[in-house]
Amino acid sequence: MIKNLINKIKEFDTAEDKERRSSKLYGKAALYNTPNQITEAAAVVAGSGYKKFDVYTPYPLHGMDTAMGMGAPKIGYVSFILGITGTSLALLMMIWMSTIDYPNIIGGKPFFGLPAGIPITFESTVLLCGIATVLGLLVLFSKMPKLNSPLNDTDFMKHVTSDKYGLVIEADDEKYIESDVLKLFADTKAYEVQDIYFRESNLTTKTPLFDKKFTGAIIGTAILTAVVSYFTLNYVLYDVVPFDWMRQQGRIDSQSKSDFFPNKSGMREPVTGTVARGFMPYEYAGMPDSAVKLLANPVPVTKKSLERGQDRYNIYCSPCHGYFGDGDGRMRDQFPKPPSLHTEKAKNWKDGNFFHVMTNGQNVMPSYAEQVSKDDRWAIVNYIRALQRAKDAGETDLEKAK
Amino acid sequence: MSLDATYTKEIPLVEGGVSFKDIDQVIIEPTNTKPTKGWWIAFLMSLTALTIGGVSLGLTIYYGIGMWGNNQPVGWAFGIINFVFWIGIGHAGTLISAILYLFRQKWRTGIARFAEAMTIFAVMTAGIFPIVHTGRPWLAGYLLPLPNMNGVWVNFYSPLLWDVFAVSTYFTISFLFWGIGLIPDLATMRDRTTSKIKKTIYSVLSLGWTNSNRNWSNYERAYLILAGISTPLVLSVHSIVSFDFAVSVIPGWHTTIFPPYFVAGAIFSGFGMVSTILIIVRKIFNLQHIITINHLETMNKILLATGMMVGYAYGMEFFIAWYSGNTFEQFVFINRAFGPYAWSYWIMVSCNVIFPQLFWFKKIRRSIPITMVLVLLVNVGMWFERFVIIVTSLHRDFLPSSWAMFTPTLTDLGLLLGSFGFFFTFLLLFLKTLPLVSISEVKAVMEGAQPTVHPHPHSNGKHNSH
Ligand code: HEC
Repeated sequence: MIKNLINKIKEFDTAEDKERRSSKLYGKAALYNTPNQITEAAAVVAGSGYKKFDVYTPYPLHGMDTAMGMGAPKIGYVSFILGITGTSLALLMMIWMSTIDYPNIIGGKPFFGLPAGIPITFESTVLLCGIATVLGLLVLFSKMPKLNSPLNDTDFMKHVTSDKYGLVIEADDEKYIESDVLKLFADTKAYEVQDIYFRESNLTTKTPLFDKKFTGAIIGTAILTAVVSYFTLNYVLYDVVPFDWMRQQGRIDSQSKSDFFPNKSGMREPVTGTVARGFMPYEYAGMPDSAVKLLANPVPVTKKSLERGQDRYNIYCSPCHGYFGDGDGRMRDQFPKPPSLHTEKAKNWKDGNFFHVMTNGQNVMPSYAEQVSKDDRWAIVNYIRALQRAKDAGETDLEKAK
Repeated sequence: MSLDATYTKEIPLVEGGVSFKDIDQVIIEPTNTKPTKGWWIAFLMSLTALTIGGVSLGLTIYYGIGMWGNNQPVGWAFGIINFVFWIGIGHAGTLISAILYLFRQKWRTGIARFAEAMTIFAVMTAGIFPIVHTGRPWLAGYLLPLPNMNGVWVNFYSPLLWDVFAVSTYFTISFLFWGIGLIPDLATMRDRTTSKIKKTIYSVLSLGWTNSNRNWSNYERAYLILAGISTPLVLSVHSIVSFDFAVSVIPGWHTTIFPPYFVAGAIFSGFGMVSTILIIVRKIFNLQHIITINHLETMNKILLATGMMVGYAYGMEFFIAWYSGNTFEQFVFINRAFGPYAWSYWIMVSCNVIFPQLFWFKKIRRSIPITMVLVLLVNVGMWFERFVIIVTSLHRDFLPSSWAMFTPTLTDLGLLLGSFGFFFTFLLLFLKTLPLVSISEVKAVMEGAQPTVHPHPHSNGKHNSH
């Protein structure tokens, strides 16, 4: 079996490969031995008014363009235009993305900074310019691919890709007269002249690019690919990494479970003994008496501090203690009812007592040290004092205030 | 242009009266013959290394970067060292094919094709590392500004992003440059081969190129343009690679000398690699006439020059550390030369600066065994340069309590070995399938290859210019 296959392949590989040629003449080809001969010959052919001729050399010959009367190569324009396009596309892309579509402050710098944009602009310029140069050369200027050019697969071509220099005058040149051409070749010391005939396929099919079926097939494939990829990406592979537009992110959310860690908790606990920045442990935890004795209220009673105290009190204390400290907050029936802050005991308390309850907590009331800063706690104490005073206001108080 | 020993006569670029036919023969030969034993041994070795690398890569992708020796504070280590090392290797190829082309250095023709191929394979090798280093290589596409569900775009202020653009552009342009250089040679091979299968392949790859002068004219201009854009490109690529370091605020990285220093180092290491491989290749494939001892000598001169540039940069870094008066900077450099990683620093200095000084002697420049040893040392030295820059700057950072040493894991070493396997596998396949010297370019610079008459169009007989 396998031997058979190998034999078949070998047979195919060594088989004669001669595409049939038509009887229509493509042109006459002359072969020369030296670079000087071919350069001279090219100058003569160009000077005699032939237009459809070309020189074939194993490597580019200096001065051949002038000898053939050709203008300067035009590919530079393609490179330049596409290069500039690359520059502008890169700049527009960056400006649009970083100032219009999703402005993002990075390191306090402007949304778009030109210096930082230079590398990408430069690379894009080079990229587009390079691709354009190559595609321009191959497709635009050399009309490639041209696998079925009548010249390919000829004895002539075998020589000019190795060590000889060739010249072809096409048969459909206006000035083409066989005897003239032969004489010209002889005069310029051609050592061999060959006839080159069109391939049969050359006569029937034009350049594949302009062939309706071919172009149709290409456009059809393009549309099909586009549609298929659109649906595949957006429906079939909708949530398959990496086609999900980053919808799934392999991160662990806080409070979530994680099998990776032994204790199954997604959150990491700080090392024992870790102290947060700026954290000062409360010295009188569980020692109300010393707190009262040693703590003095550092926040003076001013309008500003009272307003701050009121603000904090309404946020943090009123849910349980009520807006006026009567113990009738919005949490009633859902949490043990706190005592009124207007009892004789509370009235006689020192500021330190209140501070201690807030900082340390008392029985079911938790500590508020985490939520309310130290100064704010003292401000709340001032405000509670104001509440106590207001509840108990005498008739003369307003007078005094005036 | 190389001159002979008396500096009076230009040395022929191709030695010993070879004809065009011989050139075709010699260059195409390796692609037609069965691989030799030596080739097979080399290939199997590369494949083994590649397999080891493949396993290490698989482990890294499956378990993550934790398989590497990277730690806190050495967050960058082998991954980035290898990336910079391989990208640097690539630079010699572009230097030879583009910069020397612009300078009309005809001797480049003998080695350009090979060096360009090396560039492509080296950039491919390099590209693996940053992608794996991201930790989730399957999301590598998002390195480009692609729309995504978060709506946010890439950070255009980040040198790492510039790197993405620089390296991908560099690969594309090098590939195109190499590709269009191959087209005429593939046409020659198409017309030489007797095998129908090969002929079909060459025909398709050569796109039906006919060697027509109307095509050559644009071809040469296109080649010039590509050389013109590749030159700033290659300089930009390693400058941008150096920005990855220089734009940060780490002492030892945050310096303005980095871009030129990196570019010089890249060319130096690249030439080291080109020489290493060429010395072996020209022997195996009998190319001593085309890749002559003069080529090797010229490359040795470039090695000497770039080696001293690199040496200057090493010295300048120390000077600036002292001159800046910045204690952190000073500490880093003293730590480099005398700290726990001093051995790597001194490997680097001796391989890159001290030993290449031997190239001052013509005898040594032209001695193949000594050259071989020296260029191998250059390869080692340049790998260690990246090690020194990355690891010694990181391992003792601002906070002494978090100082740490870096030890590579087996996976790290496997990936390093694997990168060589990857590179050499491609290279060996290239050597057996494509012409490793540009046939058309070599012919064009041979003696008597160019016409001595430069006529304008004229009709024969009336006024002949003879
Ligand atoms: C979750 C409801 C709740 C919140 C919020 C709350 N407390 Fe209390 N508080 C209580 C309860 C319940 C008690 C009674 C504790 C006990 O049994 O000793 C109490 C007791 C007190 C006492 C002691 C009263 C006494 O007579 O012993 C003071 C003072 C006090 N709270 C002040 C505050 C301040 C100031 C805030 C705001 C920072 C606050 N509380 C927020 C529930 C709360």
